Amino acid sequence: MPATAETADQVQSIEGEKYKYGFITEIESDMAPKGLSEDIVRFISAKKNEPEWLLDWRLKAYRRWLEMPEPKWAKVDFPPIDYQQYHYYSAPKSQEDGPQSLEDVDPELLATYEKLGIPIREQEMLAGVQNVAVDYVFDSVSVATTFKKKLEAAGVIFCPISEALERCPDLVRKYLGTVVPMADNKHSCLNSAVFTDGSFVYIPPGVKCPMELSTYFRINEQNTGQFERTLIIADKGSYVSYLEGCTAPMRDENQLHAAVVELIALDDAEIKYSTVQNWYPGDADGKGGIYNFVTKRGACRGKNSKISWTQVETGSAITWKYPSCILQGDNSVGEFYSIAITNNAQQADTGTKMIHIGKNTTSRIISKGISAGKSDQTYRGLVKISAKAEGARNYTQCDSLLIGDKCGAHTVPYIESRNKAAIVEHEATTSTISEDQLFYLRQRGIPQEAAVALVVNGFCREVLQQLPMEFAVEAQKLVGISLEGSVG
Amino acid sequence: MSILPFIEGEPIAGRQLIGQDLAWLTTRRQAGIERFQKTGLPTQKLESWKYTRLRPLDDTRYLPVDAGGTDISIDTVPSVGDVAARLVFVNGRLRADLSDISELPEGVRFDTLENVLAEDPLWVEANMGSVAKDADQAMLALNDAMMDSGFVLHVQKGKALTKPVEVVFIGGLTDQAIAYFPRNLIVLEEASQATLVKHHVGHGRAEYFANSVSEIAVGDAANFKHYKVQAESIHAAHVATVHTRIGRDANYEGFGLSIGGLLSRTETNITLAGQGANAGLHGAYMMRGNEHCDNTSYIDMAVPNTTCNQVFKGVLDDASRGVFQGKIHVARDAQKADGRMLNKTLLLSNDAEIDSKPELEIYADDVQCAHGMTTGQLDTTALFYLRSRGIPEALARNMLVQSFLGDALEEISDENVREVFLDRVVHWLPAHCFLAGEWKESA
Repeated sequence: MPATAETADQVQSIEGEKYKYGFITEIESDMAPKGLSEDIVRFISAKKNEPEWLLDWRLKAYRRWLEMPEPKWAKVDFPPIDYQQYHYYSAPKSQEDGPQSLEDVDPELLATYEKLGIPIREQEMLAGVQNVAVDYVFDSVSVATTFKKKLEAAGVIFCPISEALERCPDLVRKYLGTVVPMADNKHSCLNSAVFTDGSFVYIPPGVKCPMELSTYFRINEQNTGQFERTLIIADKGSYVSYLEGCTAPMRDENQLHAAVVELIALDDAEIKYSTVQNWYPGDADGKGGIYNFVTKRGACRGKNSKISWTQVETGSAITWKYPSCILQGDNSVGEFYSIAITNNAQQADTGTKMIHIGKNTTSRIISKGISAGKSDQTYRGLVKISAKAEGARNYTQCDSLLIGDKCGAHTVPYIESRNKAAIVEHEATTSTISEDQLFYLRQRGIPQEAAVALVVNGFCREVLQQLPMEFAVEAQKLVGISLEGSVG
Repeated sequence: MSILPFIEGEPIAGRQLIGQDLAWLTTRRQAGIERFQKTGLPTQKLESWKYTRLRPLDDTRYLPVDAGGTDISIDTVPSVGDVAARLVFVNGRLRADLSDISELPEGVRFDTLENVLAEDPLWVEANMGSVAKDADQAMLALNDAMMDSGFVLHVQKGKALTKPVEVVFIGGLTDQAIAYFPRNLIVLEEASQATLVKHHVGHGRAEYFANSVSEIAVGDAANFKHYKVQAESIHAAHVATVHTRIGRDANYEGFGLSIGGLLSRTETNITLAGQGANAGLHGAYMMRGNEHCDNTSYIDMAVPNTTCNQVFKGVLDDASRGVFQGKIHVARDAQKADGRMLNKTLLLSNDAEIDSKPELEIYADDVQCAHGMTTGQLDTTALFYLRSRGIPEALARNMLVQSFLGDALEEISDENVREVFLDRVVHWLPAHCFLAGEWKESA
């Protein structure tokens, strides 16, 4: 297997060393003391000037969290987490009063984001392409949000969730925790207790959001956890496309990221949610890296609504993530497109849940997993058709590609159907890059390396196509860096 | 409370058990009780029992076999016809008058476990527990403790059985609820061949609980065909645990047809232990009423160059429930493994439910593995097509169900057995209309 071996070599040499986002920003931070207690929960709530009901909600979550067991069912292996070793709040000091305008942003932060390739300024991303409004979240706080004016003109609310609590508390209160209940799982419960920033999006009825919305998450400080909470509400007949990106410095200890994302689509609304997850994966021996325990769930509450998840997962030491759709409204649509790449000692247990409740609901799952190095990757998915979901339809395809003989790829689908008029189809394959494919390409004059690149690209293509253009470029580069020097 | 609340009386003490003069067997029984005490009955918290609960055991107290009378004559014992030998157990006890093992070819032992324990205890001691080793399986532990019947099939090196041997278990012909625990040992030595057909049928109206364990060792280059019909009565709880080890260049073909039982579960564990080993594990299930059928399997492709293939198809009507859990495990360095798994289910009613979990766990890179799963109802276009040609709807439905399951039955390579099984499928179908063949003749 020269080609595979070669690719594996490249992977080994590239990944870990070439994590170009691994730098640390030297910035003075205002931090909560280490550890987790009711006092810390009160501290965070006070920092954010939160209303009483939210503090109560947080405290209730904290008390539930103490009693909840760690989820053990995922195929990931790591030592027990010492929750007391983290800072649950960290904010750049210069941002204490919150960013008033883009001009007020600390130059250190401006430089950081410049270096990450996503400068904080309102700019044309690509000629002729729509602008992207970005919310920049640095450790526990949002440091800037661009294009606010333009979005306000369209009636769109896009701001850090702490700001939303002041601007539209009723909306937040109405929807917060309704898709991911407080005690859904241990990680979401922790998030409910200590969440700091994250984005809030509200698209009014009939509005097509004039630009892509994006949040860029950056974990910087040592021993911090990031616990952002994102809430997106698409009112009747509206449309929004939202992008999420994330990176972190290379540190030897494991940082904790436990986010909750809730999406709500009302009648005829559509939400497209894309993620390029590139948290620091740890070094080649598995030292350091982010523990990425994320609960993402969307509810298609209205008729004809649609929620589409697209994710490119390349980072994190451990990924535990199942973006899901609850298809309540009749004719609603759920989609999940995923590329997950694990290398070195990374472990990923990721997939989706499609819960069909409404009539004629449809869902589509396309999952592509690529395992290399000593990594282990699991697709875990649930398709559930309830008895009332007349005419529901699901199609699932999950393919795994193994590169190297030390890695693992696993597929664990759960399919539960209780309606005879529902059609569920699931198929999965696991293989390596076949000699036949390579031979075919080579005998047509394509060099070995390019042939491998072509096969890998082809393997991921269905998912890459789903990404908004701005992200597709970045994602293709990431796939390239992770697996093939010359791809992309 | 007794550790076996679903069994009347003490489990072992004071009972007539097979091989009770053998110290090693008593030790094994004791160890089984201790293991079961630790695990208890499986609950749905266990991943492998996620979709099945042993509900009948909640509120029934079963009598051990030796307490019940079995003196009822049987008119018909199911059979595939031309067989080399046959053992018939009624209510967990051998019925010598219905059995015939007189004309076995040389080099083949086929007898009750009780007899082999008496004649050749050393052989049993050497083979029992050599394949079924899972310490966490509660139902295996329970069988270890309680084994009270079962059979041995032993084919010596290079010997071949040209005709199938047949075992029939008939339950339900008692006044009270009973439980029995067959333990079957099947050993095919190097380059031997055999075909086994097992019928599990229920007559009468008594509740019964059958907890069987089969251990199958298929030697290098041996060829074993293993067919099973589970047609227990609606009062039956049928739990079968099968452990199979397949040697180098050996071939195993298994097929299970499930068409009865209030609750039935077959848990099959297969280890492909030698290079070139091949396993086919197939099945069909047809459930109605509130029947529950669980097919759970774990195939371990432990060494390089092994193949396995699974095709399971089912039809669920009324409020019945089907469970398919299949797992193919490819061990580290087990390169060139080829694993296939397919599960397809037709739901005929809105109260029926299928829970399917086709799982792949792969640690080697040069492999080809795939699984597929579908559920749906009868193809309305096909139904319309048949009806537009003047075929009554009920018959058209039967034809479609029959052809749907026929695909799975194609995996049975023994033509005679396939015909018999197909016949059982046809008889399961709603009887109020003509069967396809008869209809053609009468038209």
